[in-house]
Amino acid sequence: MAEETVKEPQVSTSEPLFGKKERKLISDPLTDNNPITIQVLGICSALAVTTLVYPSVVMAIAVVFVCAFANLFTSLLRNSIPKQVRMIVQLVIIATLVTVVELVLKAFNFNVYKELSVFIGLIITNCIVMGRLEAFAMANKPWRSFLDGVGNGLGYGAILIIVALIREIFGKGTLFAGSPIAMNIIGADNITTSYWINTAAESGIGTWFSWYANNNLMVLPAAAMFIIGILIWIQRSRNPKLVDIS
Amino acid sequence: MDSTGSVLRFTLIMCAITSLLLAGLFYSTKERAKQNEAIFNKRAILSAVSTYLDENPKEMSDERVLEIFDNQVEQTVLNMDGKEVDADAVKAAGHKGGRAEDIDMKKEKKKPEEDRLLPMFIFNSDSKKFYIVSVRGNGLWDEIWGNIAIESDFNTVAGATFDHVAETPGLGAEIKDNPAFKAQFSDLKLYDDDGDYVSITVRKGGAKDQDHEVDGISGATVTCDGVTEMLDRGIKYYEPYFAKLRGTTTSKPVGLLSK
Repeated sequence: MAEETVKEPQVSTSEPLFGKKERKLISDPLTDNNPITIQVLGICSALAVTTLVYPSVVMAIAVVFVCAFANLFTSLLRNSIPKQVRMIVQLVIIATLVTVVELVLKAFNFNVYKELSVFIGLIITNCIVMGRLEAFAMANKPWRSFLDGVGNGLGYGAILIIVALIREIFGKGTLFAGSPIAMNIIGADNITTSYWINTAAESGIGTWFSWYANNNLMVLPAAAMFIIGILIWIQRSRNPKLVDIS
Repeated sequence: MDSTGSVLRFTLIMCAITSLLLAGLFYSTKERAKQNEAIFNKRAILSAVSTYLDENPKEMSDERVLEIFDNQVEQTVLNMDGKEVDADAVKAAGHKGGRAEDIDMKKEKKKPEEDRLLPMFIFNSDSKKFYIVSVRGNGLWDEIWGNIAIESDFNTVAGATFDHVAETPGLGAEIKDNPAFKAQFSDLKLYDDDGDYVSITVRKGGAKDQDHEVDGISGATVTCDGVTEMLDRGIKYYEPYFAKLRGTTTSKPVGLLSK
């Protein structure tokens, strides 16, 4: 009891770390305000990098990182950023973080760096990141902005991984190709051609699916567009209130 | 509105902080990144002789790749006349380090043909020697390149690997991704029965000549033609060197030599 009375004034002066609003900041972009399926942002990279699951996972982590910290830093600086150069300052923050990601990947996970190639650099132009900075971080406190960034990064990443799962398994007949068995996202010192599933395998579970012929359409970016289209369709038919938004 | 002075001050401080941060990070990861790149290239070179290794180079640990490369691979740099070039000349040509593995084929491709330097990797397996040559050409969207292992008769191909910058996944990119495409190169011949250089052709609609052709990839005609052109031109560059090792002058004057 005594403890509670001590805590009480602290809570009233600062907002709770994970209150209802904070949780909503994370969960909303995953469902009813998804950056890809509802706002239709970040489509370019979603079409391009989703041929394999493992690079998509790394890409998702990279975007969560960039989005969250860009939001955090912009929010910290929001009162001192001169209005005339607002966008440029935001861009510098994003570009710095993206370069950090690029350098870290180059040093610690070279194979995924090769796989994602130009798309790491293109996170800079991902509308999701810039959009959140303008719409949220410029007007909100740092912690909330950080959560908003995490939420939107996750929302983007979730769609990326769903699309990649479908594309890899139907297009290449594999799952998690190229990932280290332990799934070390960063710090993998050894790439292997290990798969969770591989229809071309000569032994193990993969042989059960040896009748499967790869669908080459799934490897092309067009397939990602169809899949995202279908995801949008499913989501809107389940939740009619989304239909009028865009 | 903020004053121009405060805007300038803010941007200057900001740029200074971010550039210092990035420069620091770049220099601290530079060595590792360089090493990664080197291992990546060495893995690709070893992949050309993967059938003669006890382990697939793709699944090897980085240390194993370096170990094999150090112990079993000799490297030399050649000029277009087939003569070996010393490290200083290689450095002078803009490749830091001066070894064959330091040669940037992208830079070499931009030079006039007669000035080019050629990396040569000689892989010693237990019983045999393989000469691994590097070739570079153009695919559909951007450059493609490959490493071709040739047996010590300088005629039989022991294996090949290819890579690319931006070929279409599932179509042109199959030259790198599809093991079946690469597997076709084993045991092909570079010369016909008369000793004429015929190289290897990627044939649309399926290989007709079992010794000199491989099956094309449907939907990737331009990339396949690029591979054909790259092999024809690239392997020919090494002919003077092969002729020298064979102990004879080239049976037929070829391309550049006849000029």
